[in-house]
Amino acid sequence: MTRPTLLTLEGLTKAYPGVVANDDVRFSIGEGEIHALLGENGAGKSTLVKMIYGLVKPDKGAMTLRGAPYAPDRPSAARQAGVAMVFQHFSLFEALDVAENIALGMENPPKRRDLAARIRDVSHDYGLPLDPSRLVGELSAGERQRVEIVRCLLQNPKLLIMDEPTSVLTPQEVEILFATLRKLAAEGTAILYISHKLDEIRALCDAATVLRRGRVVGDCIPRDTSARDMAELMVGSVLHVPERRAATPGDVALELRGLDLPAATPFGTSLRDVSLSVRTGAILGVGGVAGNGQDELLAVLSGETLAPPGTLFVDGDDIGALPPPARRHLGVLAAPEERLGHAAAPDMSLVENALLTGQVREGLAPRGLIDWGATRAFADRIIAAFDVRTPGNHVAARALSGGNLQKFVIGREILQSPRVLVVNQPTWGVDAAAAAAIRQALIDLAEGGAAVVVISQDLDELMELADDFAALNGGRLSAPRPTAGLTMDEIGLMMGGAHDMEVAHAAQ
Amino acid sequence: MIALEKRPTPSRAWTVLTPLVAVLATMVAGGLMFAALGKDPFEAIRTIFYDPLFNAQFASYSRPQLLVKAGPLILIAIGLSLGFRAGVWNIGAEGQYIMGALCGAGVGLALYPSDSVLLFPAMVIAGAFGGWAWAMIPAILKTRFNTNEILVSLLLVYVAEQFLASAALGVMRNPEGGGFPGSRNFQQWPAAANPELIAGTGMHWGVVAAFVAVIAAYVLLAKHMLGFQIRLAGTAPRAARFAGVNPARLVVICLGLSGALAGAAGLFEVTGPAGQVSIDFGSGYGFTAIIVAFLGRLHPVGILLAGLLMALTYIGGELAQFMLGIPAAAIQAFQGMLLFFLLAVDVLSNYRIRFGRRRIA
Amino acid sequence: MAGISIDLLLASLMVAATPILFAALGEMIVEKSGVLNLGVEGMMIVGAICGFATAVETGSPTLGFVGAALGGAGLSLVFAFLTQGLLSNQVATGLALTLFGLGFSALIGQGYVGIKPPATPSLDLGSLSDLPFVGRVLFSHDPLVYLGLAMTAAIWAFLRFTRAGLILRAVGESHDAAHALGYKVVRIRTAAILFGGAMAGVGGAYLSLVRVPQWTEGMTAGAGWIALALVVFGAWRPGRVALGAYLFGGITVLQLNLQAAGVAVPVALLSISPYLVTILVLVVMSSDRRRVAMNAPASLGRVFHAAA
Repeated sequence: MTRPTLLTLEGLTKAYPGVVANDDVRFSIGEGEIHALLGENGAGKSTLVKMIYGLVKPDKGAMTLRGAPYAPDRPSAARQAGVAMVFQHFSLFEALDVAENIALGMENPPKRRDLAARIRDVSHDYGLPLDPSRLVGELSAGERQRVEIVRCLLQNPKLLIMDEPTSVLTPQEVEILFATLRKLAAEGTAILYISHKLDEIRALCDAATVLRRGRVVGDCIPRDTSARDMAELMVGSVLHVPERRAATPGDVALELRGLDLPAATPFGTSLRDVSLSVRTGAILGVGGVAGNGQDELLAVLSGETLAPPGTLFVDGDDIGALPPPARRHLGVLAAPEERLGHAAAPDMSLVENALLTGQVREGLAPRGLIDWGATRAFADRIIAAFDVRTPGNHVAARALSGGNLQKFVIGREILQSPRVLVVNQPTWGVDAAAAAAIRQALIDLAEGGAAVVVISQDLDELMELADDFAALNGGRLSAPRPTAGLTMDEIGLMMGGAHDMEVAHAAQ
Repeated sequence: MIALEKRPTPSRAWTVLTPLVAVLATMVAGGLMFAALGKDPFEAIRTIFYDPLFNAQFASYSRPQLLVKAGPLILIAIGLSLGFRAGVWNIGAEGQYIMGALCGAGVGLALYPSDSVLLFPAMVIAGAFGGWAWAMIPAILKTRFNTNEILVSLLLVYVAEQFLASAALGVMRNPEGGGFPGSRNFQQWPAAANPELIAGTGMHWGVVAAFVAVIAAYVLLAKHMLGFQIRLAGTAPRAARFAGVNPARLVVICLGLSGALAGAAGLFEVTGPAGQVSIDFGSGYGFTAIIVAFLGRLHPVGILLAGLLMALTYIGGELAQFMLGIPAAAIQAFQGMLLFFLLAVDVLSNYRIRFGRRRIA
Repeated sequence: MAGISIDLLLASLMVAATPILFAALGEMIVEKSGVLNLGVEGMMIVGAICGFATAVETGSPTLGFVGAALGGAGLSLVFAFLTQGLLSNQVATGLALTLFGLGFSALIGQGYVGIKPPATPSLDLGSLSDLPFVGRVLFSHDPLVYLGLAMTAAIWAFLRFTRAGLILRAVGESHDAAHALGYKVVRIRTAAILFGGAMAGVGGAYLSLVRVPQWTEGMTAGAGWIALALVVFGAWRPGRVALGAYLFGGITVLQLNLQAAGVAVPVALLSISPYLVTILVLVVMSSDRRRVAMNAPASLGRVFHAAA
């Protein structure tokens, strides 16, 4: 089937100091086509989309939209030309309500009452129920995405750009989203679908363009291409898959018993009756859509938030009242999701960042006086053992790429030989090679006798790593089940199923 | 078109150079201001920056004044800089300075006419305690009730000024002073005086304390875990909590330390250069110290140099007022300008500036 | 409490509240856009002298207030340039503004000490002013008192009903999201900062032209800081900011009257009462962390640098 061409990119190039984000990128999208843009983290996908959406000006190259030259100098120009975008992060305002959020993304929003009515209509037609008067901060991640999608749909876009839309959805919600997108495509709207999840692309997309290091390295018809071939095209080499070992769990090392914890911030999640136990040598995978209590769970395990008495035990001792350094002393270590600003101080050197959590177990500051020599040596050990690519240990953490900093952060904890390690999103935004290395290191750590908790939104990762799987949903943790034999459907139900979404009224 | 581009790692060279650039820029802008006032800009700048140190006629009087003025500025600024680094904004040092002076002087006056050698040390401790206690008000309100310490510490300056006025007119008034406001003169009471230690240098105990504070702060920041935690909490608060820093403890420590140092500075001043508790004792050192702390890039050695420079502008300013009729307010504006320029050029240490137009396809 | 007449007290309350009302409303808009400008005191005092000098030179109080607005806005432009253009620390820059403003105003004000400014006439409200009690309390003031109240209502409507108000709130809520949607964060914030400066300037000039009325160095005496506290007290809502300003005006007027009446309370205690009450109110308002987090603009005080 040939479609009339909607958007053509010709030789788009964009360079930032030290890195060419996009180099001579060219491909085209037909009307009503669902076109995948495929690539690893850092391959240049988001820069490319920003150029199409008018947030970034290309250094070279040209775009054509429906036969006319297209060079948006700002997002509103793109919106006027019929290009809309659903962002992965950063485009909603928590303290404003749904209608206000939607109005902000429109060129000429109607009066509030009319807008609310239109929001209800569109969200009903496409199976995306929304209450216009609710604060966005109170919505789940999936609902927030609906706000973004409805915002786009109200402007009858010709091209809808979706940046990693399924990372915030349960498998059931993904199915519903796909139904919505198929309906849109059938009505003639083209969709540029950005992802690195190959199964999704094979299920949804008509065509795919693969980016690697800013260049187009291939096109394919996803339905006719194996996931393995696409992965190799994307990564450029054959991937090492971490080896799982036969689990030989020991005693229970970490235990939570019926933990209740109210939210500390207005839009935070309260933990409700959370129980779990992890044995030495075992990995517990905690899945769930973002914002269902992951950060709170990590904080209560790391000691940033204290747990009420009688809820948190390590080796049978109640450690709920201990602050982070005392927990580190006992071998309870953690690596939070946000690398810059939480796991590491962006403006401090790698040496100082090594001191940040290494002080207690590595004995880096006897009697409060810092032994900088030993600290530098510790930082160098992390850099060497985890292949952190950096000009030296003196550079600021923010100068490292996401993958390298993540290796540093995980390595910093693993090298302290923890008894219990809790990691949140260990491979988020990390390229495939680094992700494989991090996963292998976590498996090796468990084999060495540590109890490991991996919190992640990447279900494939959890299936690969964990012995047991549990899911967070609205601050509650489901009962853990062995990963072996779990189906996607079962996982989805543990994560909360489809919540209250309904299938798009595609039949109408 | 000018664009800013974040440096991957802050530039060390610019970190050192920015204060110098700021001083030069302030001299140029200040020169323009003096020209606008109808004064010869070159002569004005020379009178402020050169004459106090090298002019044969004035230097013998001015040089000792350098340490007299720089002492309290450095002592207060060192304390403030620790808080500023940790993101704890004590801007009420002026109030802590006044309350330290009142508290220390009060202990002394209560024991008049004691000649114990312990009297002066006891007054110093009382002075530091007074400043500490005054700073504990915003600290406790911050940690217990989450109240903004900037506003509370600042508002307490006005309260302290009222206390000063009523003390000078009331309880602390010299009973032998013939009804004039102001307390007994400590300079005429050896056991309670803070004298010039080496004649002709301006060196008094407050200056000694300032130097000790510089060294202690340097060691704290470079070598001690508490110093690391202070820096960490300022640059990445969430990472600091993850590392195990207790933010409330840090607020109490930083406000307490800066309050105690400001209070001690007030005591050294009231028993030394000022001599007595008087209505106009609050001379703005507590505010100028904020400029000193930033001009010194919150670094102890930088603060030492910045304190000396700022002291020079005070002395040179007085000289310019006397010689050229440049109003005192012009010097105050000049000091404020210095902080502006410093903040403006600060961008260079964290960002690269790119000139030229972005190409559009 | 002999010697204190209630109607005079209430009437002077409105006058006492007006300068901080202007400054606090301006700062509220600035903070709504996500910027913390601690230089209110500096902008007020520069407004006070600019307004005073302009009014004396031209003989027109109206031009005086225009000059004050320009003076305050001019100083705030420096703040905008430093914080928005050069990404400087907002706390430090705000302090610099105050320190510079105090010196700069003293410099300009040298020739104006001891002069009386042209009087600002009361608004002619006809027979309303002749009403018993109410006429004296409410309807015998200068136009600025009513302008302050009108601004309160206008800002309320602006934030609630207009698209520009929505965009302003959005920028203060999340500058990254606003940028991603294509709003010019720096431009919007600069405009808000200039508005805040102009309002603080008018507030300052009200002190030097109407309330006192003469010029003395440092005459704002912390009014700018109290205005900052009022924004917190008012939970970033115009109506409550105005309420706070009137409460504060009431305390100021009451303590002055008590002093004049020679009540047996130490003068120092009366003089510090406005500051103590402000601190007390801050404590009460901020002790509920969750509510503060709900009301305060989420991006307040954070530096915005568009990465690409």
